Amino acid sequence: MRLIILDNADVVAEWAARFVLQRVTQFAPGPGRHFVLGLPTGGTPLGMYRKLIQFYKEGKISFKYVKTFNMDEYVGLPRDHPESYHYYMWNEFFKHVDIEPGNAHVLDGNAPDLVAECQRFEDLIQEAGGVHLFIGGIGPDGHIAFNEPGSSLVSRTRVKTLAYDTLEANKRFFGNDISKVPRQALTVGVGTVMDAKEVMILITGVHKSLALAKAVEEGVNHMWTVSAFQQHAQTLFVCDEDATLELRVKTVKYFKALSEEHQKMIEGVPVDEQRVIH
Amino acid sequence: MKPKSGLTRFHDCYILRDSKIIKEDLWIRDGKIENPEQVFYVEQQEADITVNCDNVLIAPGFIDIQINGGWGIDFSYDSETVENGVGKVAKELLAHGVTSFCPTMITSHTEKYSKILPKIKKAQGGKHGATVLGVHLEGPFISPAKKGAHLDDYIRTPEKGLESIREVYGPLDNVIMVTLAPELPGATEAIKGLTGLGIKVALGHSTASLAQGEEAIRNGANLITHLFNAMLPFHHRDPGLVGLLASTTDKQVYYGIIADGIHTHPAALRIACRTNPQGLVLVSDAIAAQGLADGNHRIGPQAITMEGGRAYVAGTKVLCGSTTGLDECVVTFKQALDCSLEYALEAASLHPAKALGIDDRKGKLDFGYDADFVILHPKSLKVLSTWIAGECVYKRPNNASD
Repeated sequence: MRLIILDNADVVAEWAARFVLQRVTQFAPGPGRHFVLGLPTGGTPLGMYRKLIQFYKEGKISFKYVKTFNMDEYVGLPRDHPESYHYYMWNEFFKHVDIEPGNAHVLDGNAPDLVAECQRFEDLIQEAGGVHLFIGGIGPDGHIAFNEPGSSLVSRTRVKTLAYDTLEANKRFFGNDISKVPRQALTVGVGTVMDAKEVMILITGVHKSLALAKAVEEGVNHMWTVSAFQQHAQTLFVCDEDATLELRVKTVKYFKALSEEHQKMIEGVPVDEQRVIH
Repeated sequence: MKPKSGLTRFHDCYILRDSKIIKEDLWIRDGKIENPEQVFYVEQQEADITVNCDNVLIAPGFIDIQINGGWGIDFSYDSETVENGVGKVAKELLAHGVTSFCPTMITSHTEKYSKILPKIKKAQGGKHGATVLGVHLEGPFISPAKKGAHLDDYIRTPEKGLESIREVYGPLDNVIMVTLAPELPGATEAIKGLTGLGIKVALGHSTASLAQGEEAIRNGANLITHLFNAMLPFHHRDPGLVGLLASTTDKQVYYGIIADGIHTHPAALRIACRTNPQGLVLVSDAIAAQGLADGNHRIGPQAITMEGGRAYVAGTKVLCGSTTGLDECVVTFKQALDCSLEYALEAASLHPAKALGIDDRKGKLDFGYDADFVILHPKSLKVLSTWIAGECVYKRPNNASD
C-alpha cells in the first residue's frame, strides 16, 4: 500500500491525472488493445477529469482505445437528471474527449431488471479483460463506491440501499429535500474493485480524515469498506494535507519521506520498475 | 426503418441556451437539434461530421414578424408577381440571419387581398429562402386617426366581427397574424373569431384606451404592433395601449419594437424593456427600400431616394420606413439598451417565437427543436452563416467587407 500526501486538492487532481496519463501511455493502447479504467464521480475526482481533458486537448493522451467502467449510479433517477452519474460523466468528461460511446460503461439505474444489469456489468468487465486501473473516492464514513458501512468485502456489483448518512450528505444536491434523494443505487462491489490490477483512491479534505485514518492505520473492517484495500497488491491512496489530520505523526512522516520516490510514478519510470517503489 | 441522416457536431463554439451563452457543442440531425448525451449513451453513435467552429457564437435563427418587403419588393403592391417577390425577399433575408418571417401586408384594397393573399403560402425554408410562417395582415381594420402611412380610402371597420374580416381578406389559411384597432365596432367579436382560428391578433394603429386594450387581451389578443408608433402616447390617467406593458392581465403581452436607432428613441426602448422585458419582440418593419443601393428608386407608386442606407421620400428629408435588417437591429438594440447579448438575441428569436406560439419548435437551441440557427462573429455579431433545418442556406463570402 502506498500513501501519497500532497499539499492540497489541486495537487491531488494534477497528480492523479498525471498518473492516469502515465499508465495509459505506458500501456500503449491501440486497436484490439484497450486500457481499462474504473472511474468515480463526485467532487473529489472533478479536478482530475479537468486535467485529463486538458491533456487530451494538448494531444498528450487519447481515449480512443480506453474502456471505462463507472463505479455506481442511482436507481430510478432519469439519465439526464443533473445529479445522475450519466449526466456527470457526460458533462464533466466524456463529451470533452475522444472516447467511443460503446466503450464507456455506466450502470443503468433504470434497467427493468436491476439484478441482470449488475451481472451484465460484471460480464462486460470480464470481457474487457479486467480493470487495469480503478480510481475511487470515498465517503466520510469510508465507503468506496456505494459500498456502505457493513457491506461485504467480497461483494460484487449489486443493488445497494443507501445509508442514512449518505442520503443526508446528498440531499444538498436535491433541493435539500431528503425525500427526493434516491434510496437505492447500483454499485460495483468491494470485490469488483479488488480485482483491478491497480487501485487509486483519492481522499481530500478534513471531513475525510477520519476515514483515511481508518483505512490505513486500523485493521480491515467492513464498517470502513475502503480499508479492504490494505490487502490489495497495488493500491495507492492519494490525499491532501487536510485529509491527514487524523493520522499519526509517524505515519505521515513515513510516507512523506517517500514522496520523492512516489514522484517517479508520474515521471516516465517504467511500470515494472515502479513495483519496487514502496 | 428510414436510415438516419448525418449527425453533425458543431465543436468549439458558444451557443445560446437557457438564456445563457455557454461554451457547448451543438449537435444536429434530420433537421433537428439533437441531445448528444442521449446519442452517446443510448445510440452509442459518434458524429459523422465534426465542424470546428473556432469560438463563433451560435444563436437561434432570427424571426421577423413584421416586414413589408425589401430589395425593391413591396408585398402589398406588387400583386402580380408577389410569389417571386416573397421568394426574393426570403432569399435575401438569409444573409441577415432571418430563418423565418411573416410577410406583412398593410391596408390595401379588397381586390389586392384576393390577389395577393392566396399567393403567399406558408412554406418551409431552405436554400431558396427563409421559412414563411404566414402573412401578417396589418389593417385595414385600423383607426383612421392613427393610420400612419396607411391609406384612408381602404380603412374599414369589422362591424360584423369575423364575417367582416372574411369579406375583406377572403380565406385565412395563409394568415398567421392580424393587426387591428380594438376600439372599432365589432373588433371584440373579430378578435374572438380570429384567435379561435389560431390566428394571433396584435393591437395597433389605434386610439384605444388601456381598458379597451385589456378587454382585447382578455378576448385573445396577445401582441402590440410597433409599440409607441401609431397609438395614443402614454398618459398617466389613461396610459393607452402602452399601458398594457404594465397592466395586471395574467397573460404575457408581446410588443414589436423597431430598433433601427431611428424609429424609437433609446430611452423609450429602455422604458419598454424595463417594464416588460419578456414581451419585447424586435421587428424590422422593413419596407421595399431595404437592401437597395443609394440613389433614386421607385417603389410602388412612390419615388424615393436612398441616402446612406436610409429611405427618404424623394426630394425631402421625410423617412419612409425602416430599412434595417433584423441582424443590425439586434446590434443597435444591444447598444441602445446596454443589455446582455443573450437578451438582445432572444428578443429577435425566442420572443417572437413565443408571441406566435411556435416556441415549442423554434426560437431556442434546445433538444428536439428545429435546427434553424445563425452563426455570428463573436465580437462584431456579423452573420457568418445561416442554417435552416440543419442545412447551411447562407455563407458569408470570404471577401465580404465589414
